[in-house]
Amino acid sequence: MNNRAIVAHKVAVGVLWASAVLTLGILVFILAYILYHGLPVLSWSFISQSPTEMGRSGGILPTIVGTFALTILALAIATPLGVGTAIFLTEYTRPGPLTRVVRFGAESLAGVPSIIFGLFGFMFFVIYLGLGWSILSGALTLAAMILPTIIRTSEEAIRAVPDSYREISFALGGTRWQTVTRAVLPSALPGILTGVMLGMGRSIGETAAVIFTAGSTLRLPTSVTDPVRTMAVHFYILAREGISMPNAYGTAAILVISILAVNFVAYWLMQRFIARHS
Amino acid sequence: MAIRQPNELHPKVEVKDLDLYYGQHQALKKVSLTFYANQVTAIIGPSGCGKSTLLRCLNRMNDTIPGIRVEGRVALDGTDIYGRRQDLTRLRKSVGMVFQRPNVFPLSILDNVAYGPKVHGLKDRARLSEIVERSLAAVGLWGEVRERLNVSALELSLGNRQLLCLARLVAVEPEVILLDEPASALDPISTLRIEELMRELQKEYTIIIVTHNMQQAARASDRTAFMLSGELVEYGETRQIFTNPRDTRTERYVTGKL
Repeated sequence: MNNRAIVAHKVAVGVLWASAVLTLGILVFILAYILYHGLPVLSWSFISQSPTEMGRSGGILPTIVGTFALTILALAIATPLGVGTAIFLTEYTRPGPLTRVVRFGAESLAGVPSIIFGLFGFMFFVIYLGLGWSILSGALTLAAMILPTIIRTSEEAIRAVPDSYREISFALGGTRWQTVTRAVLPSALPGILTGVMLGMGRSIGETAAVIFTAGSTLRLPTSVTDPVRTMAVHFYILAREGISMPNAYGTAAILVISILAVNFVAYWLMQRFIARHS
Repeated sequence: MAIRQPNELHPKVEVKDLDLYYGQHQALKKVSLTFYANQVTAIIGPSGCGKSTLLRCLNRMNDTIPGIRVEGRVALDGTDIYGRRQDLTRLRKSVGMVFQRPNVFPLSILDNVAYGPKVHGLKDRARLSEIVERSLAAVGLWGEVRERLNVSALELSLGNRQLLCLARLVAVEPEVILLDEPASALDPISTLRIEELMRELQKEYTIIIVTHNMQQAARASDRTAFMLSGELVEYGETRQIFTNPRDTRTERYVTGKL
């Protein structure tokens, strides 16, 4: 090997290391910064009580409830729809104009900024369908927003299942539906879950799409037709309107911790599932 | 096992003037032959001669391939399986298939064997475990795996996986078993085990095996069909095909000169 090649190799290794370290560094810095400012505010009463004085004091319980209600409902709507579409595209149609159109639609949807979804949700769900500012309107909007991600990742996961599984199932007399539900989906589940987790991550942290559709009330919701404020919207308002920077950081910290916790739980569930099935 | 006299033979699967086209390419040309009940029939021939394609016509596994066209008649017990009213699920329950790769589901040994019966609507757990035991015993695997039925099937050796595939098939109680080069991925000992098993299973099932391995066809089959470029060249008792072939192409192939 000549010297230039060795030098080029060493430079490349250095640059790649630097990129990885920098990426990790930025992530750790952001997390540390938020936690550094947010953790001092945290206490049991901060997460178990309702806010007072517009959030200057008191806790953030309604926004935690609102965030999770919206996210769970959005996932409950988008997951069956998205996985169903993915199954349709992969198992029930041959590649052709129809699958190309659906796929193109899903991909275009994925690139639309969330504020556009917010505006659409406001016009369609809130005004036209008369659902008002509510958990339902917000969840429907979020579902539309995360649907492309779920379709895309589910489709890839389903395509990655070896054809031999389908072949065996058909050869044993399984119908297409039995083949999909018993032979294909169990193997595709970890991949599908990844898509659902990505969607969940986007939902939990979403601001623009929900501020238009779920409202920003600080009352504790009692049904899906009630408006809510999410954690993300809450700290946006706290910071934007200068109500309380410490509480904004506290809310952000809870949000970050929730996302991490949810990801860890999902990862753990997935590992358990994989361990059982391979 | 002695070859039965022709007057004892019952036709099980009858193929008549079968043509198969992949788009423009004709993969099977006017193939006609009869597979007899409780016989092991081997289909041999060089790669691409259409032997696997013919096998896959017998349970209509070719149906899933786009752009395929089948003409002619394949009858199971006298009923045309390409008939308009044929139920594919029923057909594949009667005519089961084991593939070249020992493909198991990434499920437990138990769930692999129970897959077929469950697909056909059996829910009763006691009945299921009875079937699982009987099927694993039929392929000689019960003693080895009885203590670890809940272990993933992927932990079995390749040879045992292929036996598991056979057990999984036996569990749906087929009448005809199609084997598509079942031993080509296996070591010699597992291969012999599969061959012995075919002899055992032939008492209850009609067995049709596609193989590259001429010793295997000579050892383990009662009748042999030789195919070349989509045509059936010669079909007869295995001993006759290997010792006294009528067609020079068959002779050249079985003596390794083709």
